[in-house]
Formats: sequence, structure tokens, C-alpha cells
Amino acid sequence: MNENFIQINGISKHFGNVKAVDDVSFSIKEGEFFSLLGPSGCGKTTLLRLLAGFEYPTNGNLLIDGSDITALPPDKRPTNMVFQNYAIFPHINVEQNIKFGLRKLGLTDDEIKKRVDDVLALVKLEGYEERFSGQLSGGQRQRVALARALVRQPKVLLLDEPLGALDKKLRDEMQLELRTLQKEIGITFVFVTHDQQEAISMSDRVAVMSEGKIQQLSAPNELYKNPENIFVSDFIGETNFLKASTKSKDGDQINVAIEDLGDFKVKNNLNIPENSSDVVCSVRPESMMISRDKSDWDICLEAKINQTSYLGEMTRFYVEVSGINKVITVSSQHFDNQSFENNTCFISISLEDISLLQKK
Amino acid sequence: MNEKNNSLLVYTLIYFGFLYIPVLFLPIFSFNDANYMSFPLAGFTTDHYEEMWSKRNLHKALWASVKVGVVASVVSTAIALLAAKAFVRYKFRGQNVSYGAIMMPFLIPEIILAVSILIIWINLGFPLGLVPVTIGHILFCTPFAMLILIARIEGFDFSLEEASRDLGENAWGTFYRVSLPLYLPGIIAALLLSFIISFDEFILAFFLSGSDATLPMYMWNQMRFVKKLPHVLALGAVIIVFTTFIVLLAFWLRNVGQGKEKKDIAIKL
Repeated sequence: MNENFIQINGISKHFGNVKAVDDVSFSIKEGEFFSLLGPSGCGKTTLLRLLAGFEYPTNGNLLIDGSDITALPPDKRPTNMVFQNYAIFPHINVEQNIKFGLRKLGLTDDEIKKRVDDVLALVKLEGYEERFSGQLSGGQRQRVALARALVRQPKVLLLDEPLGALDKKLRDEMQLELRTLQKEIGITFVFVTHDQQEAISMSDRVAVMSEGKIQQLSAPNELYKNPENIFVSDFIGETNFLKASTKSKDGDQINVAIEDLGDFKVKNNLNIPENSSDVVCSVRPESMMISRDKSDWDICLEAKINQTSYLGEMTRFYVEVSGINKVITVSSQHFDNQSFENNTCFISISLEDISLLQKK
Repeated sequence: MNEKNNSLLVYTLIYFGFLYIPVLFLPIFSFNDANYMSFPLAGFTTDHYEEMWSKRNLHKALWASVKVGVVASVVSTAIALLAAKAFVRYKFRGQNVSYGAIMMPFLIPEIILAVSILIIWINLGFPLGLVPVTIGHILFCTPFAMLILIARIEGFDFSLEEASRDLGENAWGTFYRVSLPLYLPGIIAALLLSFIISFDEFILAFFLSGSDATLPMYMWNQMRFVKKLPHVLALGAVIIVFTTFIVLLAFWLRNVGQGKEKKDIAIKL
């Protein structure tokens, strides 16, 4: 397995004064489901378009499977793309759409027929050959776009928010299906999305982008458990930030003073320096415990419930900690809004679950 | 409410009357058995139409107009297509200036355009005739064709062109396999409209045609002779029918090949 199948070396793309992609370098492994995740305007789509050849970088170079593709036009690259709006050609039918990209590959009629039949079976569109895009549902168009790209057997499949236009139920189905499909055919997928849940559930690795830079590149569970900075911690899932400052180090741990709560010793994975006031502690809502009675956890605070929202599998509580003017979000699978008298409760935090992060 | 509707109806009738009654006189008098356009009608005849068959100069002028019209509409639509694509698809330096330059013949008085071409053409030592008329018509038709094509291309989804590039087609292949078929209704509309504009055009032809009369020139020449008037009326009636037919054809062609299953394209285009 090639660890450096796609190499992105010092890539920048400037549009006038705007640095859409700002000196980005990383590699994507062969056969990997790789996601570029970030809010709109973070540069993820530009990076995908640079890989496809629709844009050319201001600086840096791109390699796929060892060959430099930086200056190649889109039609000469070993990539194919699934467009956000699918871009199905409206004047030709499904079969002609799928055959569109085979013309220049020098295949015999039998080979073309086999490839088309195989890919139609793969995306479960047998029987739709004669239809036009206007006669297809959103999910079916998505499959045509996928088939049209895969039939060329690209080294890399680029997907630009392909599930964004689908309703939630269909999107969940397609997520699972795309993931299964990718494992089955083994082609490297580069998937662009702004939906963190989508990226986390489908990908082998995720690059979180913001302001043209990679904020963190790691496996989904790492992103969630060990965010490397405030942006990632905030963007992936929900979290509570508590102001803090560091004191002295103690091996792998560090002593911190959390505002209004007191001094604690927490883990210091990011090796944050001593005596810094530019730090925050991040605690996930579901890592805290809410209870009627006081607990013996590391931190236990008396609090008042301001607001609750019932989410089915869990309830989210917005509580105000006594003596601190701060609303903290806690979620619980055991309790709901009926569980507490007079809206009073206790919030417990284990020091294990506190991530210490540095401000910019 | 009712009152308001009635006044609108009256207005509509007056408007269409004003628009079409003068035009209707032409066919009526073309079947009238007299040399003058006056009531009461003298009787029904098709002599004026039969007379057209024997006029060699009329046939010559018709052929001249068709030649000029075909060349002018094809060339101006081709120029307009490239320009419209550039204006809609790209942002470039001098965009507004070049747009203005192409639209200019549409705005400056035709007689000034005609005189300018005449002066240059004569100074270059070339003979007057259908060639300078065609050049003038190309200048004059291009802005019309461009406006039609810009309207078409503006709603075009350019990711279709990117998809084609992505699927291995180069720029020409993409134009031929994706852009052209999707622009086609607009292109046909631009061709037909340019042809009609050229076919009807008088002022440029008047200055530049020399002795090679186009159809409007022929009609104008004939009007000086009272006896010749009736067959000009007949010719005029035929041109009205022909023009209406072309316009209807343009509408029909816009929808042809886009049956029920392709309705959504028709809307997109």
C-alpha cells in the first residue's frame, strides 16, 4: 500500500488577495477514504478542484502515484469527479452519460459494454439506461454521477459534497453505501464535506481545514478525543470551553487553574508550556455526569437547569453553575427534564476528560 | 373589478388593431384588380401574384437577398456565439469596452454605419455590390445574435463543461459534445433572427449594393412606377407570410427534440 499515493507539496492558491489554500502539505494513502472537512470558504473545495485540474496552484506541486500532475489539464489526469450538483448531461440518456468518458480510452465495443454493465450493477441502476436526468430522483442522479466517474476506473475519485442535496434518510443510506462501495473497489476517495458527522462516520482519515490551512489531520476518533486546537475541538461535535491558565508541569501532566473552579492536575498531550494564560479546558457534554446527589468525582458542582432539549436517545441540559455566570451543556441518557425537582442538580467532571488547548 | 377588465380589453384591442390593421391592407390590396390602393375594391384577381413569376429582376434580387442573408446570419451568429460565451463565462480586462464595441452598430444610426462603410470601401478601391452589403449586415446582425445567445448561455450550468473535461474530453471535444448541443436552440434562434434582419434591411443595401439590388432595394425601385405597385404589394404579402413562418419555425425548433421526457432541459435552456 502506497503511503504517499497522493502528495500535496506546499500547495497555495490565491485568488487576488484571498489565500484560498495557504501552503498546505500532506499525503493521502492508496485505497484510503480521505475527507476534507471544514466550514464554507475554508479552501476544501479549492483543494479538490486543484486535484481535479479545474484550478492551477499559485505555488507547490501535486503528485499522484509518483507522477507530477501539477500542470496537466483535467482530461489528462488519473482522477474523476462527482460534482456537487451531479452535472449529468441533460441532452443524453443515462447509458450515454456513462459511456461519455470511455470514448478516448481505446476500448473495444465488448469492453465498453462490459464496463457499463458492471458499473450499472455496482450502483444498482440496471434498467435505467434509457432515462434522462429529468426522469431521475436525486439519489439516482447521484448514482449516475458516481457510475460515470467510476466507469473510467480512475486512480482517485474526487467527491464534492455529493450528499448535500439529499434528504436526511437518503443521505444516511448513501453514506453507508458509498463507504461499502469504496471498500469493495478499493479506489482512493477524496471526499469534501462541511458535515462533520458525515466526515467522521465515513472516513479513514480526515483533514480539518480552516482559512486555507489544515488544522488537524487524523483518524476520526482522534479528532474527537484529542483535538489539537480550539478550532477542531469546537468544529467537531459540541464542547464546553472553560478559561484557564497553566502553572507547573508534572511529568505528562500539568497543573492548571480553571477560572472560578480552582486548581487541578490534567493531562498535557499537546505539551503546552508552563505559566501560560492563553489556554482553555475543553469538556464534551457527554463526558460529564448530571445527578440529583453530590458525587465523588474529581470535580462536582451544584447547578441550576436553565433549559433542556429532548433528543430521543439523550437529553441535553443547559445548566448554570452556582457562583459562576456560565452556561454549561451536559447530555445524559439516564435523565430527562422530568428527573429533577426545583431544577437543581449536580454536575460532575472527571479530570481524564478535560482536554487542555492553546488559544491561537 | 369588471370595469377595469373591460378597459384593459379595449386597450388591448386598440393596441393590436394599431399593430396589425396597416399590415393587413397589403394582402387585401394585393388581390384587388386595380393599380391604386383605394376603396371600394375593384374586384378579386391573382394577376399580381402571377406577374411575380415573370419578373427576372425580382428573382435576381431574391437570390441576392438569400445569399447575403445566409452568409450574414451564419457569420454573425458564429462571432456572437464566441463573444457571448466569453462574456458570460469569463471575467477579463476590457470586458465592458469590448461588449460596448460589439453592441455599437446596434446603437449608432444605421445611415452613419452605411456611409462609413461606403467611404472606406470606395477609398480602398473595391467595387460596390453584395460583398460590402454582407459585411455591413454582419456588423448589424451580430449584436442581435449576441443578445439572444447571452440570454441562453446565462442560465447554462458550466459544471457540465467541467464534467466533460473531467471525463477526458479536451476543450474542442467539450464544445462539440456538450456545449453546442445545449446551446443549439439559442443558436438556431440567433440564425433565424439574423437572417430576417438581413433580409429586411434597406439602408445599408441602399448605400452599398451598387447595381446588385437586394429584395428591399428592388421593391423600393419598383415603387416609383404606378403600374408596378400591385406586384410589389403581392411581394410584400408573400414576405409577411414568409417572415411569420420563419418566426413560428424558430419557436417550433426550440421545442423539437425535447419531448416530454426532456422537458426540464427546455426550461433550463
